[in-house]
Amino acid sequence: MNHISPVIWQFFVKWLTNFELYPPEASRIAPQMDALYFFMVLVSLIGLTIVILLVTSFCILYSKKRHPVAVQIEGSTLLEATWTIIPLGLFLIMFVWGALIYFRVYTPPANAMNIYVVGKQWMWKAEHPGGQHEINSLHVPTGQAVQLTLISQDVFHSFSIPAFRVKREAIPGRYTTVWFEPTTPGTYHLFCTQYCGTNHSQMIGDIVVMTPDDFKKWLAESTSGASLAQNGERLFASLSCNACHNGRPDARGPNLANVYGSKLTLTNGQTQTADEAYLRESILNPSEHVTQGFSPIMPTYQGQISEDGVIALVEYIKNLNSNYRVDQTLNTTGLLPEGEGKVAPAARGSTARGMVKQ
Amino acid sequence: MSSTIVSLPDQSTARIPKINFITKENGLLSWLLTSDHKRIAILYLISITFFFTIGGALAGVIRLELLTPQSDLMAADTYNKVFTMHGVVMIFLFLVPSVPATLGNFLIPLMIGAKDLALPKINLLSWYLYIAGGILVLYTMISGGVDTGWTFTTPLSTHYVNTNVLTTGMAIFIAGFSSIFTGLNFIVTIHKMRAPGMTWFRLPLFVWSNYAASILMVLGTPVLAIALVLVALERTVGIGVFDPTKGGDPLLFQHLFWFYSHPAVYIMILPGMGVISEVISAFSRKRVFGYTAVAFSSVAIAVFGFFVWEHHMFIMGVSSYSMLVFSLLTMLVAVPSAIKIFNWTFTLYKGSITFETPMLYAFGFMGLFTIGGLTGVFLGTSGTDIHLTETYFIVAHFHFVMVGGMLMAYLAGIHFWWPKITGRMYPEKISQLAAVVTFIGFNFTFFPQFILGTLGMPRRYAAYPPEFQILNVFSTAGATILGVGYLLPILYLTWSLKYGEIAGNNPWQATGLEWQIQSPPLTENFLEVPVMDHDAYDYEWLERQKEKEVASAG
Repeated sequence: MNHISPVIWQFFVKWLTNFELYPPEASRIAPQMDALYFFMVLVSLIGLTIVILLVTSFCILYSKKRHPVAVQIEGSTLLEATWTIIPLGLFLIMFVWGALIYFRVYTPPANAMNIYVVGKQWMWKAEHPGGQHEINSLHVPTGQAVQLTLISQDVFHSFSIPAFRVKREAIPGRYTTVWFEPTTPGTYHLFCTQYCGTNHSQMIGDIVVMTPDDFKKWLAESTSGASLAQNGERLFASLSCNACHNGRPDARGPNLANVYGSKLTLTNGQTQTADEAYLRESILNPSEHVTQGFSPIMPTYQGQISEDGVIALVEYIKNLNSNYRVDQTLNTTGLLPEGEGKVAPAARGSTARGMVKQ
Repeated sequence: MSSTIVSLPDQSTARIPKINFITKENGLLSWLLTSDHKRIAILYLISITFFFTIGGALAGVIRLELLTPQSDLMAADTYNKVFTMHGVVMIFLFLVPSVPATLGNFLIPLMIGAKDLALPKINLLSWYLYIAGGILVLYTMISGGVDTGWTFTTPLSTHYVNTNVLTTGMAIFIAGFSSIFTGLNFIVTIHKMRAPGMTWFRLPLFVWSNYAASILMVLGTPVLAIALVLVALERTVGIGVFDPTKGGDPLLFQHLFWFYSHPAVYIMILPGMGVISEVISAFSRKRVFGYTAVAFSSVAIAVFGFFVWEHHMFIMGVSSYSMLVFSLLTMLVAVPSAIKIFNWTFTLYKGSITFETPMLYAFGFMGLFTIGGLTGVFLGTSGTDIHLTETYFIVAHFHFVMVGGMLMAYLAGIHFWWPKITGRMYPEKISQLAAVVTFIGFNFTFFPQFILGTLGMPRRYAAYPPEFQILNVFSTAGATILGVGYLLPILYLTWSLKYGEIAGNNPWQATGLEWQIQSPPLTENFLEVPVMDHDAYDYEWLERQKEKEVASAG
């Protein structure tokens, strides 16, 4: 062994002892996806072996030495049909199997816990409903369906967790979702897999999977004092949204209580379900989304609220069941001296800071 | 019985024909102003070899950086510029023009019995456009580079980078027109200039596959041009087509880009498949098994190839139902490739096989392309695509198709037609060695990347988690071997220009019309218009011709 460099030797030993062909399976979908993956590996290996065997044996049997004169053969419809239909059949099986998994990965169950994730050059920011937020890491409990609602503040990013076998693009200007159910506690890689500029390879982090108890503890320790919806409420007040959206009969804007999930009729006659994407759009681009019976007087907030801020507002509106607090906030801001209502939340709550673009 | 089919003239008396397309005129201007398709092919050959060397060197630098987990050889920024340039140079300046612009240019008129391409001056113009594009790319490289990746994804390319996006875009735009003109020229030539008796089903399969690729070039490239113009307008005046804050759609760019760039992979691979058909037939002395199936599978690939682009965007929030359509179509486009592989395999059946260099490269192609094609199915299957896309799995997949497939086919073709182009043979033993070295080096380089991708290592990372290092070291070691494999042909082919054995008209005893004339051919190709009175790959016809010659000489 003297002539082999110890460094290279170490490499080999390390490789042989840690040899892995696929990442850990830490989510419910992972074994299902791996089953399909290994089915395809098997089919590929068989296909490749058939080709190699045929080529090798023909090369031996019909080499010029053994077989000096070639026999001219036109072709064979039967063989053509065989190698058209068999691969096609196998590919169709893969197509159906793959599509089933695809729909599973991108169709969250109704009871999923929603976490918002904002991608920006070059970090991931996750916002838990309880107001906990983390950068380049994500804590999730086992045994609980977790839905991520992703958006990018600048360029395309892609949120990839190899151990969960899930990946979803974070796109500027629209929400995308993905869900998973972690099964094994541990720390796993989080990668940005869509090239996003200079520090693309630094846009990585840890996915920390915890038992439900540990997760509860973590949530309690990491709280910032206000939930995401409460942050949204402050922002709602500071942007004076409640001046119009106050649910009073003479209000200039539509009533927002219980608006989430309801069917709206717009001035252009279209009906539209008020989902997250719709709420986001009508904050940033209100004149395109005017509810029937109202006039297009709402100013655009494009460029004035960051994606984090929009998320807080959306979360607030989603959880808004009555206008009682809206009214109350309106009354208290009305009592404040002119202008103070806009600054106050930033001064009061640390979490609301930075949500309004400077 | 000898184990080779090479039949060379007696070297003591043989001479290169005094009058041929190379010696006809002298001086640099006679080359730069030529309208002879064979001379333009040689201009292309020299220029794409130059750009391949640059692209290859960049690949070497990439592999060297990835030897260690940290980005220590280069800053992340430099790394991003290097892989962008590697992609741009290799795709637009090497792979797209490789077989069509060199071998296709040289051979299509010879194979169909024509004196030149239909539009010789347009052909020269297309070389100048290619060179203009190439020089612009070199300019962007030395004036600071560009770091968008060859995919120019918006809004990164329009709003967030400060590098030479416009110049690179312009370079690709110009090079694109070169490719449109080449495609147009081929289509017109193949339709209008076939010799008497050369019916569509007597065309060599090389012509069929170049025809299919030409259709893709003519219909696809303009869409890329449009996408690039929109990026330029968005960057300069902010028209907002792709900008969500102005009501634009950032995904629209990717639809436009992949509408070209997916068919582009067929532009790259189809002509290579044509080369393989010719080579396998010649070295097994048999007509290609299922000629019509192979010919129509080229057309099928060209047609289906246009309707699969969205499989690059399955994870980007496209509608699940459109995913179903595109995934299904992707499965359909995989079938013609499988048909081709099996037809080539059965061409060997009951043949009389010899193992000269082009054949070795062709075997390499078949193995590597099979792997490349099958792993493509992993990515076309929507479920597994979620896990594998944007990782090294995809890098390995397209290098198996593009490098393992296309580059092997290109080298097979260059060796196969080298005697026709130059009149001299390449040295056999060392070139066989080069083919084997390339095959080994290739597998060493790219196979570990499949495992890396499955483990989740993302592509375009300057730095990566340390547990991925070992496989990366394998890959870099393999790249070194691969580099040697590519350097060898450049050296010995240059050597053979002066010292190679005289090849004679038909060293391989092949049946194509191009082999029935002198090597190197005359500027006019044929002294009299040939009449095609037999099918392609009719080796019995060739035997009868030889007997006739012997009889008339005796």
